[in-house]
Amino acid sequence: MSSKRQVAVVGVGQTDFGALYAQKDARRNETALGIEALKAALDDAGLHKNEVDGLITSRIEYAASADAMGFKSLRYVNGLEGSGRMSGVSFQMATTLIETGQADVVACVYGNNGRSVQMKYGGYVGTPTMQYDGIYGMTSPGASLAHMYRRYQHLYNAPDNALANIAINNRNNALLNPVAVMREALTEDQYMASRYIAEPLRLFDYCIINDGGVAVILASMDRAKDLAKRPVRVAAKAAATTISNFYSDTNLFYDICQDVGGRVYGESGLQPKDMDCAQIYDNFTPTVLFSLEGFDYAPRGEAWRWASLDRIGLTGEMPINTAGGHTAESYMQGWGHHVEAVRQIRGEAGARQIPNCNIVQYMCASPIVSSHILIGE
Amino acid sequence: MDTAKLIQMMPEITDGNRGFWEGTLAGELRLQYGTSGIPQFPDYPVDRVSLEPGLEWRKVSGRAKLWSWIVMHQKYFPAFADEGPYLVAFVQLEEGPFMMSTIVDPPENLHCDMNLEVVFEQLSDERAIPKFKVVK
Repeated sequence: MSSKRQVAVVGVGQTDFGALYAQKDARRNETALGIEALKAALDDAGLHKNEVDGLITSRIEYAASADAMGFKSLRYVNGLEGSGRMSGVSFQMATTLIETGQADVVACVYGNNGRSVQMKYGGYVGTPTMQYDGIYGMTSPGASLAHMYRRYQHLYNAPDNALANIAINNRNNALLNPVAVMREALTEDQYMASRYIAEPLRLFDYCIINDGGVAVILASMDRAKDLAKRPVRVAAKAAATTISNFYSDTNLFYDICQDVGGRVYGESGLQPKDMDCAQIYDNFTPTVLFSLEGFDYAPRGEAWRWASLDRIGLTGEMPINTAGGHTAESYMQGWGHHVEAVRQIRGEAGARQIPNCNIVQYMCASPIVSSHILIGE
Repeated sequence: MDTAKLIQMMPEITDGNRGFWEGTLAGELRLQYGTSGIPQFPDYPVDRVSLEPGLEWRKVSGRAKLWSWIVMHQKYFPAFADEGPYLVAFVQLEEGPFMMSTIVDPPENLHCDMNLEVVFEQLSDERAIPKFKVVK
């Protein structure tokens, strides 16, 4: 293991989510969105396309993507499905490929035209076992999180407004993000008055559905040192699964986050208090509470109290989802959180920049839990 | 509720799940048992502990606890389009497996961990589905 190469993020790219959202009737191709982000990431890194020797796509199909991107000869290619857990999985797969010398420069590319194709994320019964849930009208990841959150409320007496700060904080941060989709502040009254989707969850607990693309390019540290931007080193990474017939995890993802967190903290020698900010996968607001507790930011059952706007805001002791997250910046299924982590470490986050940001943790609580810790070199 | 549309959505009866659906018509909740003796739901091709075939459906207690519930406001399924907000319960059967279901005549003060027992609703001559009621 001592011969493992060090790996760094060298380029990030994204589309202008707000501009895409404003053009309401446009119909877009998801591969084209991914390519636009890839071009931006290559330019960001100062890399020529021909220097990329590994490609991992998510949500967009790998062969059509590699063809459209003009990648004629890669040492590694793979395509992962379009679920949010796959952003962390792609990132870790790319890191491992480089650590072990199977590739030197890996591009991870994601494209999503969910709004153009009117994705609903519910109302279909894709697997035989989901058909048994459909009999009762049960469908959608949001409804699964609603079940978990009701249980959380029962266990820890979280009041009706306990998720409001998570949604409000995302909006506050998106106000300072020029490419965010939702660039209006949200009050607690507006949050509380919003309609239920799957009660106890409201509209503003839900991610947006929008179009966009994101690309993240990783390289060996030897290569990274010669490229345009400050290398952002992958200091630790870990993952684990809690896969069942249901999305809902009856342990509220706690034990599995403890496992993954213990490993990234052990590998890096860092603890939550050492992070300058946290980027937390937030498909729905309860996921943030489960992550804060599972990864030891907040005591178990108390994340809803812990996550005051003062604490998690940009000037607080632990800013979270500084670009606005899935409920305000863009629903890029965790990919945007990776871009934001890198930008914060490089000092490129503009009006939402956290002073002296050098260490950031990404975490995703889902049936595949993943987390990594990134450090500026 | 549009019962015809609901029946269209339901799992087709197969060799693997027939025992479950025959049970619902007979007023019995059944789970799938294999060589490990650990019950499973819904139907799987093998015993998930031993990976061996040779599965059978056995009547179980019908007792459960309410792990959680939601009220679905969003309209996703045509069969539920005229239903208004509806309750979806996530229950744990006394024998271990979880299942989605609903609560008939739910009390106003529903809360997690309430004791439940199964009841059956006949949708047609061929199909019945398990639901649950709160045990008083």
